[in-house]
Amino acid sequence: MTRTASTASPPAPAAGPGRTGKRPSRHRARAGSPWRGRPLRKLTPWLFLLAPLALLITFTYVPVGNMIYYSFTDWDGVSPDRDYVGAENYTEIFTRPELLRVFAVSFYYLAASVVQIVIALYFAAVLSFDLRFRNLFKGILFFPYLINGVAIGFVFLYFFQDGGTLDSVLSWFGAGTDHAWLGSPESANTSMAGVSVWRFTGLNFVLFLGAIQSIPGELYEAAQLDGAGRWKQFRHIIAPSIRPVLSLSVILAISGSLSVFEIPYIMTGGATETSTFVIQTVKYAFQFNKTGLASACAVVLLAIILLITWIQRRLVPDEKVDLV
Amino acid sequence: MGKRTLSVALLATTMLTVAGCGAGGGADAGETAAAPVNPDGVSGDITVLTNRTDLVEDGTMKKYAAEFNKTYPDVKVEFEGLTDYEGEVKIRMNTEDYGDVLLIPSAVAKGDYPKFFAPLGETSSMEPKYRFTDKTDVGGRTYGIATFGTANGLVYNKALWKKAGITDWPTTTGQFLDDLEAVKEKTGATPYYTNFKDGWPLESPWTNGVGSISCDSQASDKLAAMDEPWTEGNDLNTLDTLLYDIVHEKLSEKDPATTNWESSKTLLAKGRVGSMMLGSWAVDQMRDAAEAAGQNPDDIGFMPVPSQKNGTFCATLVSDYQQAVNIHSDHKEAARAWIDWFTEKSGYAAEEGAVSALKSEGMPETLQDYVDNDVKMIERSEAKTADVNAIDNASEIGLNKPDYRKKLIDIARGVTDGSLEGYFDDLNKRWSAARQTVGS
Repeated sequence: MTRTASTASPPAPAAGPGRTGKRPSRHRARAGSPWRGRPLRKLTPWLFLLAPLALLITFTYVPVGNMIYYSFTDWDGVSPDRDYVGAENYTEIFTRPELLRVFAVSFYYLAASVVQIVIALYFAAVLSFDLRFRNLFKGILFFPYLINGVAIGFVFLYFFQDGGTLDSVLSWFGAGTDHAWLGSPESANTSMAGVSVWRFTGLNFVLFLGAIQSIPGELYEAAQLDGAGRWKQFRHIIAPSIRPVLSLSVILAISGSLSVFEIPYIMTGGATETSTFVIQTVKYAFQFNKTGLASACAVVLLAIILLITWIQRRLVPDEKVDLV
Repeated sequence: MGKRTLSVALLATTMLTVAGCGAGGGADAGETAAAPVNPDGVSGDITVLTNRTDLVEDGTMKKYAAEFNKTYPDVKVEFEGLTDYEGEVKIRMNTEDYGDVLLIPSAVAKGDYPKFFAPLGETSSMEPKYRFTDKTDVGGRTYGIATFGTANGLVYNKALWKKAGITDWPTTTGQFLDDLEAVKEKTGATPYYTNFKDGWPLESPWTNGVGSISCDSQASDKLAAMDEPWTEGNDLNTLDTLLYDIVHEKLSEKDPATTNWESSKTLLAKGRVGSMMLGSWAVDQMRDAAEAAGQNPDDIGFMPVPSQKNGTFCATLVSDYQQAVNIHSDHKEAARAWIDWFTEKSGYAAEEGAVSALKSEGMPETLQDYVDNDVKMIERSEAKTADVNAIDNASEIGLNKPDYRKKLIDIARGVTDGSLEGYFDDLNKRWSAARQTVGS
């Protein structure tokens, strides 16, 4: 490690601190090298970290710090003047029932993410076995996740249009409807939660597939010899071994449901009771010029998500999976 | 140990940055961007920000610049077309780099104009020459000149209305609803198109009607002193009730959630849609759409809001974006020269079929019907706009935002709980509560 650092200086690791410490043990054999004990040696990992840390600080911590600062002011987003108002913005958030009511919309997306995880899990389990056109199906399932969210919004706007794709497909089956899919709150929220299932199933699917494929194949063989069917294999081999990924997916699903944004924003603009917390925040910031209040909203959302993640980690600790 | 040092370092950095942001840079306020006396002495490169990306791309703006250079050979004009004009300029206004000439974004509070723009002159001296000066008047000085103005009213398909047996403009909202009913029954067309999905046709086109009904040039200013603008007899009440009735009686499109502005132009041109509340600027676009669809452009008509005061129709005349000079600009004289030339000599307003900011110019051809039928044009006072906007933002109603009328339409369609009276009560309550906080 030290030698390479002093001579060739390879590019700094992109993935942050997790990578640096681990090195093959043969390097440890050079214990007696003259570099040992010098101050530069201690400094080396930090030098490597310089670039990623600079990026992390500039693009994550400083903006977040600014946002927290704005949340204590009455800034309108443009004016050079801003006044410190203390916790006024936060009191406002928690004393306004209509602001917390938008979280009700999140339940549509939360329910949808349950569906999404089940679908993804099913397909990941099925496609991890030998199957004809397996890779084709993998591609098909993952494809929606590659499309830009804005494009998806537009596509589905046509899909749900009066006399649009959905209506005409339904009419082939004789179920010609005259339904304004985005016209009423329940139907609009359900439709858009459906779009979000369509979009994110691929991501869950790939995560699960990766985890399942890391299970050694002998386990299935052994299980088969013992007379276990597919369902039993899933319950006793697959499910326990992908638990960490499953719990990660649940965290992502919850935080995702709380911060739904682009699909409803593009498709309905938050009209007809489809507004989510983030849409509401954006409206405060950019329609009513209440950047201070909007920043406070963003801080609250951040806190809620951190809290949920923490609680979940306490309830479901990250155990080591030991199959063999 | 290492972890702690890191977090302390992070915290320190954050604090420093936050503190650094708090101190604002001062600008040489108060220096007037005076109109140059002699064109030869004016020089410099100026950047003009515009929302008309279409005109930048098709070279129209370049032609204007070339024409401008005939008078001011030493000024080089660059254009920057911004698709999301409001969003981008608002953020850039936190720096000093927002062009030399720009359109005043609506997000800038009127009281803050002197912090961002160079004054163009005393309002008292600008007023005799220009329309809409009070819109940018702060403390007796004018900060922007309108690119053009538009009259408010309804774009409609004359041929379609004639087919339904209607030849005269409706004089009351009740009669308008009857006419729409007739259009629906006799032609099968959609009588009114809300453009619900795109939203903006529900904003200013309707709110600009404030003043058209009462025939009062002070109507908008009066909102600042009104506790309950949605009470019966007020313009907002009449307008929003009309919109409610149109939707409630199913005289608008069936599925509002998936409307589309671009295709609505063709629908109107082809006589599949009867009318839309818009500004007079839309007439030209509709005529172009009619031509593109192989229809007769003369079928596109423009009628005033269906309401008369003492037997005459009134229509408000409101300004579009105003051009202003960046207070940080190094070439204020050249920037001012561009604004003056663009307003007076370019012919831009006439080209757009809109009302020129120059008082000496007459009404454009698109408003010929208004002139022929003696529609009274009211140049609406904007003296209290800053106060009205402050109340509007504090109440989060958004007179010039789509949300509150979208909700009105949802109530009218019956997909959201509530009644018209209940909703108006709620709006009134929010307005008066906001007035209390802002006024204090």
